[in-house]
Amino acid sequence: MHEMSLAESIREIVDDARKQNPFVRVRTIVLALGELAAVEPDSLRFCFEAVMTGGPAEGAELRIEEVPGQGYCPACASSVALHALYDACPACGAYGVEVTGGNRMQVLELEVE
Amino acid sequence: MCGVCGCGAGEVRIEEGEADVLRPGAYRPVTGRSGAAFVPGRKGGQEGERTRRLRVERDILATNDAEAGANRRWLAARRTLALNLVSSPGAGKTSLLVRTVEALRGRMPLAVIEGDQQTSFDAERIRATGVPAVQINTGKGCHLDARMVGRVLPGLLPAEGAVLFIENVGNLVCPAAFDLGEAAKVVVLSVTEGDDKPLKYPDMFAAAGLMLLNKIDLLPYVDFDVERAIGFARRINPRLEVLQVSARTGAGLDAWLVWLEARGREAGRAGGPLAAGQEAPRSCC
Ligand SMILES: Nc1nc2c(ncn2[C@@H]2O[C@H](COP(=O)(O)OP(=O)(O)OP(=O)(O)O)[C@@H](O)[C@H]2O)c(=O)[nH]1
Ligand SMILES: [Mg+2]
Ligand SMILES: [Zn+2]
Ligand SMILES: [Zn+2]
Ligand SMILES: [Zn+2]
Repeated sequence: MHEMSLAESIREIVDDARKQNPFVRVRTIVLALGELAAVEPDSLRFCFEAVMTGGPAEGAELRIEEVPGQGYCPACASSVALHALYDACPACGAYGVEVTGGNRMQVLELEVE
Repeated sequence: MCGVCGCGAGEVRIEEGEADVLRPGAYRPVTGRSGAAFVPGRKGGQEGERTRRLRVERDILATNDAEAGANRRWLAARRTLALNLVSSPGAGKTSLLVRTVEALRGRMPLAVIEGDQQTSFDAERIRATGVPAVQINTGKGCHLDARMVGRVLPGLLPAEGAVLFIENVGNLVCPAAFDLGEAAKVVVLSVTEGDDKPLKYPDMFAAAGLMLLNKIDLLPYVDFDVERAIGFARRINPRLEVLQVSARTGAGLDAWLVWLEARGREAGRAGGPLAAGQEAPRSCC
């Protein structure tokens, strides 16, 4: 889904960072990608390469750090590891586990020269 | 182009009827190219120079969320109820909207934003009822974003206390991730699509406040288990409201109109002019 838009958002974040802290080239972009963020890393890499062509992040390495999914189950009042959205609670089997972590996508850091 | 669903950037067009104004280039996509082109080796930073780290920590959807927040404040200041209608292609969004605006016209100010990759067919269907509609063509884009909507709001919605319907691009996946500033997403599921769709495309059902189960006039001809579909949808989203309707026969539309009027009254009570210190409402560029 919409990995193209996400790649373009990453470019916009790079452009903003460059306005605040001028640099010539980006060597590495570090992303934190939640396990539950519904993003296909392969597809994102593909779009990333296409979108960065001709800009300061052309050829940059995209390093993806996966953030594990976490949830809270109101039925059994426990915090649980969640590997897919909308899964049943691994502890008690109830549905309706609330996502508490691992659903975001962030640009963490740029390594620039 | 996106390798998964083929979505891409650029070529957004806006068509506001009457003069059929096409303004390519007037719109900058939320995530559009910005800044001067990079010329490698022009100045500074030679190969081999030491690199440094910039801590950024920015959410990738933050730009869209900020624009959506601006739209939401703009709409609240005008006591306007905005609804974002989402579904797979052909579930009946436009057919439902035509029926709905015909029923509500004269009782409250109405406006429609139509999102499609190509054509202004849907905006024309709305305008034929006498209700103003703006068509946004997203080109290769497979969803509306908040900046596109913000771009057309000032021209479309002068009246206070209106109901604004935003028909998103037919796509049961991507529009779930892009807040437009609406009060609620309304997901339309038609009975010809199969009762398993809420589990196959859960994000959309999780994001929605109301599900309209459309084309119920066709239930005798298809294997669609209504209870199963609703059960799956509520497994994903326990608070989801559900109404069964037919845009063809008009069945169930009264309940939908009651729902709309109740939400419209809520928006009217909650909204109002911005207090000092709140971000200024967006104005036409
Ligand atoms: N039988 C029946 N047909 C319907 C109903 N609602 C819509 N249709 C038909 O379904 C087809 C698609 O309807 P649209 O209203 O264009 O659907 P849409 O969701 O706006 O489609 P896109 O904008 O292309 O995503 C049309 O042929 C409609 O006549 C309904 O309740 N019953
Ligand atoms: Mg339509
Ligand atoms: Zn897509
Ligand atoms: Zn998309
Ligand atoms: Zn549990």
